[in-house]
Amino acid sequence: MTEHNHPHDTPHPGTAQNAEPGYYARRVRALEAALVQKGVCTTSEVERAVHEMELRSPADGGRVVARAWMDPGYKARLLANGKPAVAEMGYDVTDDMPELVVVENTDQLRYLVVCTLCSCYPRWLLGRPPDWYKSLSYRSRAVVEPRSVMAEFGLEVHPDTGVEVLDSTADVRYLVIPQRPSGTDGLSEDELAKLVTRDSMVGAADALAPQLAAD
Amino acid sequence: MPQIATAPQRFNPGDHVRVRREAPAGHVRTPAYIMDKTGAILRVHGAFRNPEAIAYGGDGLPAMPLYLVRFNQGEIWDSYSGPQNDTLSMDLFDHWLEPA
Repeated sequence: MTEHNHPHDTPHPGTAQNAEPGYYARRVRALEAALVQKGVCTTSEVERAVHEMELRSPADGGRVVARAWMDPGYKARLLANGKPAVAEMGYDVTDDMPELVVVENTDQLRYLVVCTLCSCYPRWLLGRPPDWYKSLSYRSRAVVEPRSVMAEFGLEVHPDTGVEVLDSTADVRYLVIPQRPSGTDGLSEDELAKLVTRDSMVGAADALAPQLAAD
Repeated sequence: MPQIATAPQRFNPGDHVRVRREAPAGHVRTPAYIMDKTGAILRVHGAFRNPEAIAYGGDGLPAMPLYLVRFNQGEIWDSYSGPQNDTLSMDLFDHWLEPA
């Protein structure tokens, strides 16, 4: 494995120093130009969609998870119906956003989310997925050997704890509530939110221990 | 939201289902590795316009019921190396399922 300790089969975007746009960048521009020319969408609609995605980040998911840790009633609503519960936190949630199903890791069962067909991910809450989530390596291995993949993220799951893989193939996106770390009883909701990493909401890692959380 | 044409929901949580093996040309939302496998309905998500028709400019109607179906890993992979009660769940549209 790489020094990041997670599966990769492509380099990070932005590491290439080429001034010329790559194949996919040129293809996307050509596609966008064709869609605009045919009146399917406008340039400003594309820009707005990009802008809305850029506004969201794992910190937003972290706030939702921290609220669920603090408030059992909220957690019950979140597990029962994801989108309205996220909207309760003040986020703009619309009908055209995919459904959100929220699951909770326990001592008995923990989850790992993958999209084997493409890269389905709760973008409207967490922003763009990490590169490893889209890699062929992760997508093909997570379903066959989830425990090995989790181990490569530093997570040794006890054999008595079940592992359930969620392959999101359609109109539903999945979010994992990681287990609340021990030693966090006195923390505020904002402090708790900082412990919730992107990887932990995919199920590939635990939430941070409080002494490891960055300020 | 306006009412849209919806195919009947044929399955309920707990029902055992088998995933059809088919290889239609073009866009499908059912990965090959799950075809012919038997699982149980875990959750009914509701009905969604069929993405396999939308992909070709269709309206995706009637909307198809979408289910979360749970499989034992040992049922999917002969060589699964983890505990035999590990599971995998996947969203599958009604037309890919038959009673098992």
